[in-house]
Amino acid sequence: MPGHIQSLERAAAILRLLAGGERRLGLSDVASSLGLAKGTTHGILRTLQQEGFVEQDPVSGKYQLGAELLRLGNSYLDVHELRARALVWTDDLARSSGEAAYLGVLHQQGVLIVHHVFRPDDSRQVLEVGAMQPLHSTALGKVLAAFDPVAHSEAAEGERTALTGRTVTTAEDFEAVLELARARGWAADLEETWEGVASVAAPVYDRRRMPVGAVGITGAVERVCEGTEIRARLVAAVRDCARAVSRDLGAGRF
Amino acid sequence: MTDTPTAQSTHGSGPFIAAIDQGTTSSRCIVFDRDGRIVAVDQKEHEQIFPKPGWVEHDAAEIWANVQEVVAGAIGKAAQDVPGFTPADVKAIGITNQRETTLLWDRHTGEPVHNALVWQDTRTDALCRELGRNVGQDRFRRETGLPLASYFAGPKIRWLLDNVEGLRERAEAGDILFGTMDSWVIWNLTGGVDGGVHVTDVTNASRTLLMNLHTLDWDEKILASIGVPAAVLPQIRSSSEVYGTTSVGGLADVPVASALGDQQAALFGQTCFAQGEAKSTYGTGTFMLMNTGETPVNSYNGLITTVGYRIGDAAPVYALEGSIAVTGSLVQWMRDQMGLISTAAEIETLASSVADNGGAYFVPAFSGLFAPYWRDDARGVIAGLTRYVTKAHIARAVLEATAWQTREIADAMTKDSGVELTALKVDGGMTSNNLLMQTLADFLDAPVVRPMVAETTCLGAAYAAGLAVGFWPDTDALRANWKRAAEWTPRMEAADRDREYKHWLKAVQATMGWIEEEH
Repeated sequence: MPGHIQSLERAAAILRLLAGGERRLGLSDVASSLGLAKGTTHGILRTLQQEGFVEQDPVSGKYQLGAELLRLGNSYLDVHELRARALVWTDDLARSSGEAAYLGVLHQQGVLIVHHVFRPDDSRQVLEVGAMQPLHSTALGKVLAAFDPVAHSEAAEGERTALTGRTVTTAEDFEAVLELARARGWAADLEETWEGVASVAAPVYDRRRMPVGAVGITGAVERVCEGTEIRARLVAAVRDCARAVSRDLGAGRF
Repeated sequence: MTDTPTAQSTHGSGPFIAAIDQGTTSSRCIVFDRDGRIVAVDQKEHEQIFPKPGWVEHDAAEIWANVQEVVAGAIGKAAQDVPGFTPADVKAIGITNQRETTLLWDRHTGEPVHNALVWQDTRTDALCRELGRNVGQDRFRRETGLPLASYFAGPKIRWLLDNVEGLRERAEAGDILFGTMDSWVIWNLTGGVDGGVHVTDVTNASRTLLMNLHTLDWDEKILASIGVPAAVLPQIRSSSEVYGTTSVGGLADVPVASALGDQQAALFGQTCFAQGEAKSTYGTGTFMLMNTGETPVNSYNGLITTVGYRIGDAAPVYALEGSIAVTGSLVQWMRDQMGLISTAAEIETLASSVADNGGAYFVPAFSGLFAPYWRDDARGVIAGLTRYVTKAHIARAVLEATAWQTREIADAMTKDSGVELTALKVDGGMTSNNLLMQTLADFLDAPVVRPMVAETTCLGAAYAAGLAVGFWPDTDALRANWKRAAEWTPRMEAADRDREYKHWLKAVQATMGWIEEEH
């Protein structure tokens, strides 16, 4: 039968075996139960183990179902969990950059601000948690559109209103902006949403390397930019923060 | 993809201050820079020992080993992350600790004579009732500011003297030393059997039931009443002064320069230096402290009077303290016992799916009502249930319970001190819950402010140590370090707040008298 992949069928059989009866099985138990060669069985088990679907007890060497399987069925990351994990890192980002820090996720056709840390001066500021920002013009939105396919289709198909004279509105230019963001690993907004305001953001990944949000800073263009570019120091601070939050969510080092 | 190289470390350069937080579940060491930013952290958990129901102990030798390890660990991490760092860049080390946990050890060998009795340990319940005699739990309140309760150290010392074979004789002969965890750590840091200094600070001493709040010295009458020989007691010192020097963990003769109980350290770290300033730490339970200035304020509304801090020779600063037993643990209960959420953070997601509590109120009096009621015949109640109420409404009621209980403590503080709360500084894990923080501002009718450093406890100990060695010139310099990370302002109509508060108080009434027989 075309389309059937034997090793996947065997992997599925191994998972079913581990899911029923005795929870922990040794290599030879698995091999003999399924009538497979030990070498073949070991190869499949090792691959499943690398993917987190199977775990091996370090003492007995026996195999059992892995935590990843449980997460597959329940993979949605709660935004409040995301905020709790990001809290210390975004505080540090605001402190080291001297600018307000934001954490955003895709919500309908825009960016929902789920966390906001004030700029560390004594000025009066209003908490913007719960506010929506546009996907196509903000740094947070561009990061989401560049790295999350669902956000990309929302941004590509949605209306891209010119909010300032510098907003990128045509499809071709917008795709070029996203391409640049993917290549650099971060995105900027240079007065494309608000006059006089610039921002920079980078993607946050979960343990399965899925982009789950964007973290960034926003401030007066005079402070955030040097000439026509975001200051390198601020880009580095934002990317450090995004990496730290991702690491906290279980994404591997990158 | 390669990283953009960072030109300079984001943490600047030294000098630095280190702080040890000897907590209930773990010991930590954090290195801070002059701006109060975290440079390096290390942490290690220790075993919780439960010999019988209600008994909780710690192995003090394990704790001391862990403290040495985390100091070395934090110093090592700082050396790794900060170019040019040397241990000599650490100008002082401060200590904050789980309060009231009680240890006796042999001054000649440095060996604990028994596991430490942890503050949560209730084995002295009966002893405390006995010590109350005909007066009851307020017998020593005027002198100490505290009720006779099993948390506090004095009765725990008595229990050890009564129950460890031959201990009383050795104690009276001067061979045994008592300390809360600050004393144990400082004694060991400064040399242990080899000339270690036996001291405690006023904040820790104010939790023993043995110190007179007015003289800030051990109260001989109470010592005699509880049965604690003066020979075991440490010298009471200020919270911010050089007690000695230490060379553990790769440090070289670094001054050991502060000690503060954990909640007082958080008050200090939140820079609540003016009368009327208050902080609330939201963890499993919640502790709220208000600075009441240079005179102790007696509480007639179920609060505790305690020392807030004392900097060197300056006048001591007192505080009123109110604690809420069940806050974060109610969310855990919803997760673990009820299974209505799978992570603590999800409580906000569930609660946010409805606009209000749907008429439901949740009073988590799981082991009675604490401040300001102190009713151990009360048990938890969910009131106002109708067919309309969903699990989302209950989730909302869970968060509101924490906010209303804070309001009750704040009201008690205002009644006792005559000072109106102008703003509440918050810290602890639950501050990541935006809906809770907004609800808190709404119910208190006052702004709720979160600072940029979450580790206010360690920061407070670092601040006090830094002040003692001149690393920071004065408390104004510390205030300048305090940065607002977020502020929630009240948005609730006064009439709505009043109506809801009335309903909450009715639900509280419904919890009382559930247990018919008091023990």
